[in-house]
Amino acid sequence: MNRLGDLERAVMEVLWAEDESLTVREVSRALADRDLAHTTVMTVLDRLAKKGVVARSREGRAWRYRPAASRESYVSELMFDALGQTGDRGAALAAFVRSMSGNEAEALRRALAEIDQPRT
Amino acid sequence: MVSAALLATIAVGCLAAAARLRWASWPARGPYIAVITWQVLGLTWGISTIGALLAFGLVPYEKGVIGGLAALASDASAHGLYLSRLAETPLGAVRVAAVIAAFGLTLVLFCGLVASSVHVLRTRRRHHDLLELVSRDDPEVPGARVLDHPAAAAYCLPGVLRSKIVISAGALEVLARSELSAVLAHEHAHLRQRHDLVLLPFSSLKRAFPRVRMVETYYRAVALLIEMCADDQAGRERSPKELATALLRFGTAGNAQVPAGAMAAGDAEPEVVRRVSRLIAPAEELSRPAAAAVLLSAFTLMATTLSLWHLPM
Repeated sequence: MNRLGDLERAVMEVLWAEDESLTVREVSRALADRDLAHTTVMTVLDRLAKKGVVARSREGRAWRYRPAASRESYVSELMFDALGQTGDRGAALAAFVRSMSGNEAEALRRALAEIDQPRT
Repeated sequence: MVSAALLATIAVGCLAAAARLRWASWPARGPYIAVITWQVLGLTWGISTIGALLAFGLVPYEKGVIGGLAALASDASAHGLYLSRLAETPLGAVRVAAVIAAFGLTLVLFCGLVASSVHVLRTRRRHHDLLELVSRDDPEVPGARVLDHPAAAAYCLPGVLRSKIVISAGALEVLARSELSAVLAHEHAHLRQRHDLVLLPFSSLKRAFPRVRMVETYYRAVALLIEMCADDQAGRERSPKELATALLRFGTAGNAQVPAGAMAAGDAEPEVVRRVSRLIAPAEELSRPAAAAVLLSAFTLMATTLSLWHLPM
């Protein structure tokens, strides 16, 4: 993955780890070991805000940033897309198997047991 | 009037052919041929329906569809959009309505395609953005991104520059190594052959006619065929049996809490079972002469439709 994606992930990790919203300076400080310029962190936060994954609010003269949603909820959103439960998303990505009902899964479980048997 | 009648016949014929194709058994033996047939049928249906409406509406010009459209344009511009030569003939109002319906249908189909493409691109961009933030690399699956979620999922995110294969931690857990390679081969086939582009016109039809059940059914039929194409490719690269067991493991792993009806209702056999059974017990592949015959008739139908647009009768 490219460097920018890497940075974005690192910044999000910092934001997700905190309960409250952070300023650019605070994010920079948390990433001190990466030795990033203040403007770099600002650019990354700006990009994340444009993508809608970070929300910002003004406090005095500084902007404060916080994640728009938790990491878990983004993972669920992706999984929802992937399992075809978000309606008209079929053409956007192709899942190996769409989600199925309990009965269908049961039929498959039996079929699988038959295949697995000779091996054991 | 002759071309209008012929075009209308072809339009109805396309619907009848689609209904038969939906229930035929040969598509599972030749999914590639079947997908092409679906595309040709869909396109021909659109061209013949629009053509029939135009041919009927433009009869007073006595120049057929193409010539009639030119005459319509000059008539409209000469009389300030009042179609004197159409409206003042017997059945004039009906003919004007047919022309308007033809333009309306064209617009709906075109807008559907544009809206679908925009929607798909937007969904993918959002998905891609989030993926960059929450997925990780895994040495066990080089070239794929891993999502830490207990449910089993594997999918590909198509794109020209940023295509990706994603697999969930739940999937890694249930799959043996050889099965995992089969799944990855399946997803690579989707990406390489740009199956998303094949499906796009059908999903845009679905978008244009959201309440028509038939469109939904046909969309699912094509989607299933595309899965079969990727299955065949992965089966050739790995083994069909590995892929079949992978499919079964996915089907039985953990996402059973999904309410029933998420799949095509009324299907006696779930789609996954159909895919698995043709992998385990493959029927003989569609013979070359049969495939050639299908393709030849499909393309003849389309060529006839296009030539009817030029018929000045």
